Amino acid sequence: MLRSTKPLILGLLALAGGLALASLMLGPAPLSPGLALKALVTDQGSASVVVREIRLPRTLLALLIGWTFGLTGAALQGLLRNPLADTSVFGASQAAAFGAVSVLYFGLVGALSWALPAAAIGGALLSIGLVVAVAGRSTTVVVLVLAGLAVGSLAGAATSLAISLSPNPFAVTEIVFWLLGSLEDRSLTHLWLAFPFCLLASGLLLACGPGLRALALGEETAASLGVNVPRLRFGIVLASALGTGAAVAVAGSIGFVGLVVPHLIRPLVGHDPARALVPAGLAGAALLLAADIAVRLIPTPAEVKIGVLTALIGVPFFLWIIARRKAELSETPA
Amino acid sequence: MTRLDARGLAVDLGRKPVLGGIDLAFEAGSLTVVVGPNGAGKTTLIRALAGLLKPRQGAVRLDGRALSDLSGHERARSIAYLPQSATLAWPLPVAGVAALGRLPHGETPDALTLEGREAVRTALHAVGLEGFETRPATDLSGGERARVLLARALATQAPVLLVDEPVAALDPRHQLIVLDILRAKARSGATVVAIMHDLTLAARHADRIVLLEGGRIRAEGPPETVLTEAHLAESFGIAAHVTHQDGRLTVTPDRPLP
Repeated sequence: MLRSTKPLILGLLALAGGLALASLMLGPAPLSPGLALKALVTDQGSASVVVREIRLPRTLLALLIGWTFGLTGAALQGLLRNPLADTSVFGASQAAAFGAVSVLYFGLVGALSWALPAAAIGGALLSIGLVVAVAGRSTTVVVLVLAGLAVGSLAGAATSLAISLSPNPFAVTEIVFWLLGSLEDRSLTHLWLAFPFCLLASGLLLACGPGLRALALGEETAASLGVNVPRLRFGIVLASALGTGAAVAVAGSIGFVGLVVPHLIRPLVGHDPARALVPAGLAGAALLLAADIAVRLIPTPAEVKIGVLTALIGVPFFLWIIARRKAELSETPA
Repeated sequence: MTRLDARGLAVDLGRKPVLGGIDLAFEAGSLTVVVGPNGAGKTTLIRALAGLLKPRQGAVRLDGRALSDLSGHERARSIAYLPQSATLAWPLPVAGVAALGRLPHGETPDALTLEGREAVRTALHAVGLEGFETRPATDLSGGERARVLLARALATQAPVLLVDEPVAALDPRHQLIVLDILRAKARSGATVVAIMHDLTLAARHADRIVLLEGGRIRAEGPPETVLTEAHLAESFGIAAHVTHQDGRLTVTPDRPLP
């Protein structure tokens, strides 16, 4: 009855694979595809150092974070039955950044400690939980977006305050790091710090598929179809916080991937939220990696922050969705 | 044969008591219509019967087993529920919406079993929407959309079907179509309970009427014993003419009583 999503998934995997290879090749010292692959598996001197220690962690992080964001965005839009839902709209990245900054500046832990993702996850959980609690049941899209805006602005201001009060002479650079994410100069240690949380988040979100399908008919009907709606809501909120918090802890806040990706996927898989999950994750991975390659190629004195690029693309996209769906957004409760 | 009964049922919404002292048994093969003024507790009653509300006292039993003892899926396979003014969040295809009724059987719209496909086909046939399978359900008219959502409830093939105001927003033709579907479902051996506001329609299609007022049952039984001018005056606060013609009941509300 419905087309299988397998060809699309295979296509997206191939796309992500191609982009990963490009990502290993491209940078200040470009390598040929053959040399990049050879340098990855065998020792090729300085080429191996570049590929294994600089470009591989960055590539894998982009894939991991992009996957998590894509999956989270698709699940949140399904949960709230709202095409404007995403952690970046809920201010979760800013709240996660605030969590991370708080432990760094007041808790005095190192930049590679488990406390960092834990605090970032705490911040994200607080903001997503707050927005879903305020706007999750039967309020309009406007309330949802406003609640997210308020939470995000508050967290952003709190982060800036915390940093400006700190004795760190590099405070301004730090603000830029936390408020506009980047994947530059990350190591495999960063990857391992984020990986377990992203894995857990992915597992939780993928398990929510059947519940999200039923939710298309509203909470009451979903409950009558045997879905435990409070548990579903809690699972998705928790998973979104885990993914966002872990990503922000290692890469700063990178927004709008989760918002954009489900819209790119829907024309191909239809509107069933469960069918969109895996393709949205893969498309998110490909999109973020493509963005990370783009910031390396844009000829600027210092690398453009990837968070700037995703916001530059994501915000106009967000406005476009609002403009296109204005009539229905003004009436339908989320 | 599935039997649904409520014994000593009392339900609160928040701290407000809404229903009390409800004793009702619903037999297989019959269509029961619940009527009552706004705020009488009709929706609360049907939600409690569907197992979606936890009663403060008493229990709803399905073939003798309390609903609270059933797992979510077990309950969902036995009781299909169509809420009032049900909505659809995404422009899913008609067949995809109906296929959601198979979720309690562990089937998903893109992986239906042979039985599931047959159930969806039968349900769409029953509501007269063959040929609409691939159309986005959100593009349909109100009457068609209501039938798609009813098809979703039918596709579960549950022995109990509970529907909250299924004809409220429909034109007369669609009202009659939906009531025919509900009656056919009852004739096929299911237990069907519907909430309705149109008393004449209720009188003509129901096997049994339950009159609810202030969270309590005021009367129940065959339409002609429940829908009397005295009951209507007392519960609805209206003066109404009830006429019998060729064994068919017509209720004409005349004016509100002071």
